[in-house]
Amino acid sequence: MSGQMEFVQNFPCFSIMLCMFAGIISSAFKEKIARMLNVAVLVLNIILSAAVLAFTVRTGEAYVYVMGRFPAPWGNELRVGMLETGLAFFFCVIMLLCLLGGRHKLVQEVEEGKQGLYYVLADLMLSSLLALIYTNDLFTAYVFVEINTISACGLIMIRQNGRTIEAAVRYMIMSLLGSGLFLVGICMLYDLTGHLLMSNIKIEITRIVAEGAYRPPLLVTIAIISVGLAIKSALFPFHAWLPDAYGYSTVSSAAILSSLVSKGYIFLLFKIIYRVIGFEVFHDSKIVNVLFIFGLMGMVFGSLSAIKENDVRRMIAFSSVAQVGYIYMGVGMGTQAGMVASVFHVISHVATKSLLFISAIGLTDVSGGSRKFIELTGSGYRNKCAGVAFSVGSLSMVGVPLFSGFISKLLFSQAAVQNTGKMLPTLIVLGISTILNAIYFMKTVIRIYTPMDDKGYPTVPWYHNKIYAAVLFCFILLNVLLGVCSQPIVNLIESGLSIFA
Amino acid sequence: MSRMKPEEEYKRTKAFHFFRWLSGEKDPYIGNMEMKPQKEYIEEEASIQDRMRESQMVMDKVYNLKYNRWQIFFRYFYRIMAVVFCILLLGLLLFTVSYLPPTGNASNPDNNEVAKRYIEKGMQETGAVNIVTGMILTYRAFDTFGETNVLFIATCCVMIMLMIEDAESKKEEVLDDMRFEPKNDAILQATAMFLVPVIFIFGIYIILNGHLSPGGGFSGGATIGAGMILYASAFGFEKTQRFFNENIYKITKVTALCMYGLIGIYYYVTGANGIENHIPLGIPGHIVSAGIIFPINICVGIEVACTMYAFYALFRRGGL
Repeated sequence: MSGQMEFVQNFPCFSIMLCMFAGIISSAFKEKIARMLNVAVLVLNIILSAAVLAFTVRTGEAYVYVMGRFPAPWGNELRVGMLETGLAFFFCVIMLLCLLGGRHKLVQEVEEGKQGLYYVLADLMLSSLLALIYTNDLFTAYVFVEINTISACGLIMIRQNGRTIEAAVRYMIMSLLGSGLFLVGICMLYDLTGHLLMSNIKIEITRIVAEGAYRPPLLVTIAIISVGLAIKSALFPFHAWLPDAYGYSTVSSAAILSSLVSKGYIFLLFKIIYRVIGFEVFHDSKIVNVLFIFGLMGMVFGSLSAIKENDVRRMIAFSSVAQVGYIYMGVGMGTQAGMVASVFHVISHVATKSLLFISAIGLTDVSGGSRKFIELTGSGYRNKCAGVAFSVGSLSMVGVPLFSGFISKLLFSQAAVQNTGKMLPTLIVLGISTILNAIYFMKTVIRIYTPMDDKGYPTVPWYHNKIYAAVLFCFILLNVLLGVCSQPIVNLIESGLSIFA
Repeated sequence: MSRMKPEEEYKRTKAFHFFRWLSGEKDPYIGNMEMKPQKEYIEEEASIQDRMRESQMVMDKVYNLKYNRWQIFFRYFYRIMAVVFCILLLGLLLFTVSYLPPTGNASNPDNNEVAKRYIEKGMQETGAVNIVTGMILTYRAFDTFGETNVLFIATCCVMIMLMIEDAESKKEEVLDDMRFEPKNDAILQATAMFLVPVIFIFGIYIILNGHLSPGGGFSGGATIGAGMILYASAFGFEKTQRFFNENIYKITKVTALCMYGLIGIYYYVTGANGIENHIPLGIPGHIVSAGIIFPINICVGIEVACTMYAFYALFRRGGL
């Protein structure tokens, strides 16, 4: 390492450890202290990540942080660049908003003595997400994937009824299958290269590929790791666990799971593509095409399932399948522009999907707790705040200009036009998927703004739950910001990806 | 044989009991020590009928199995495909393994500078004679901290699932536990009396010698946890709670993990910033040596023991 470290460079390590400390300490306390600790840690993390982001943007290069006394191939290390810090900052903000926005439901739906544990899970979930974002070591990534999986199960089943327990079991089985495949992949990579550090694996793999040795195991390894992470992030044929897990858990959990957890795994896949296997090698293997096709199928079939759904929460959940399909389609294009579009879609989807989940709960609350569309009629008038927020989220998902979804679709089509081989299928499916998106989201928006006879449901003005209204406002602002001032963010992603490898 | 004592008094002496046992007139265990066989559980006819009717109703109403040919076909298809898929995956993995470098070959890629430094310089750099412990707690300290947190979060999830908060059902659960679990089993108690202290001491030995001999926090903690489980099942939860209740559990667990975290963060930050390390490595082979490994092993041991016992208690009666 050259010269003295600046104090700011310690912050990624601090933020991971802070979350863990918060989780550990709050397990000993009651709900109130745990909640305050959680908010404090999240705010602190936002500040820390912002400082590191400013630092990395200023220096314009990534730096390596050695976790301990021994440098990389022997010890653990973190690698921090613009993309990582940007995502960490963004994830912390979204996590804070999700937890604040779903708090009133958490109090209602979770048993009194167990609400404290919810914040323990949330803290450790954040620590694992941050570690997945920052780590430069495959085995560290696996350890934190484990933490992530277990805490996600807890987040699903903390609202205890039959459906959530069933959903948690299903999630656990599928997710453990994914982890297992990922672990087998790591073992094979270690056997082939003798390293666990991402950068060293890449050097060895480049050598192996140049020599032409070990072709079959390398291909199987890439396939196994991709499929493992695809299962965990709910790519189309592996999405069976998703609708129940997102549809029945308490609303903060649904928002956190759909927006952050699956994106953590997707980011890990990006990292493996760039830093472990190498973009060229990954592109030359035929796995990209498989991911591309699965992505396209997810975009269509996820939307079709969402159209058939009569439950608004499950509809939003199925829409996640379609959106994850977009991201994998971008990966599958195998070009730099496709990756940029994918990363932007990760950000856009994080902002939009959490907004949709949080605002949908406001609408169902003023419809007697029912999620059926017939009961939701006119709920946009009864809770104006949630109605507006839901409409913004829907418009963004459909891809109307001014909102973030438009930019990601624009980037996807630009990437498709540059890619001669995959241009036609991408553009056609993008078009079909947009129409399908419009069908189910606009159906819902029209439904919530259809006036109906008084059924005796209460009207909730915004000042009844000020925190909720403020959270929705922040989400709307975020969506519009991403849609209007997208260029700096796209530039940041491009420069971040260029130093990512 | 002349007797100095009158008959009545003689019958109370130890000698009388001993000779009576010797001659086989009375076996003191009979009537005192036997395990009473558990009453066989006989399910009522009505409840069996009920259950069968319910599952039939689910099949009919939810899956509509009677008329839905497609569903029946799908069920068979699903089962066959599951088996086929497993066999295919197995075949694929075996096929891949056949291409991997052979085990134990000196020129394998994993015999590189990483393993070399662990083996050759491990003792000198970490101060631990046991290089495995030295590797997981010093070179790769961050991974192991994560691994310890996996245990912590697993207990949290089991608590969410099984912890009983409601006072009424808590009482019921305690009663159930007393009714169905064996209590005051003399053989178990006598064995536990001998074994539990030995197990505890052995567990502590494994933890404290983690840097000198095979063992360490994880295995030693598991041993202590097993001792606690044995104690709880022999003497019941009331006696266990005298030295290990929920408050003590929380305090020890949080203290151990926080200690580990503090040592960890000290180690990472000083290491990364090139600040001098103030924890001496000591002389390899001594009991107090190996720098941060010794305290970390103790913390890990406490956490693992707590986790083991908490799992047992939560699964048995939904509380600590």
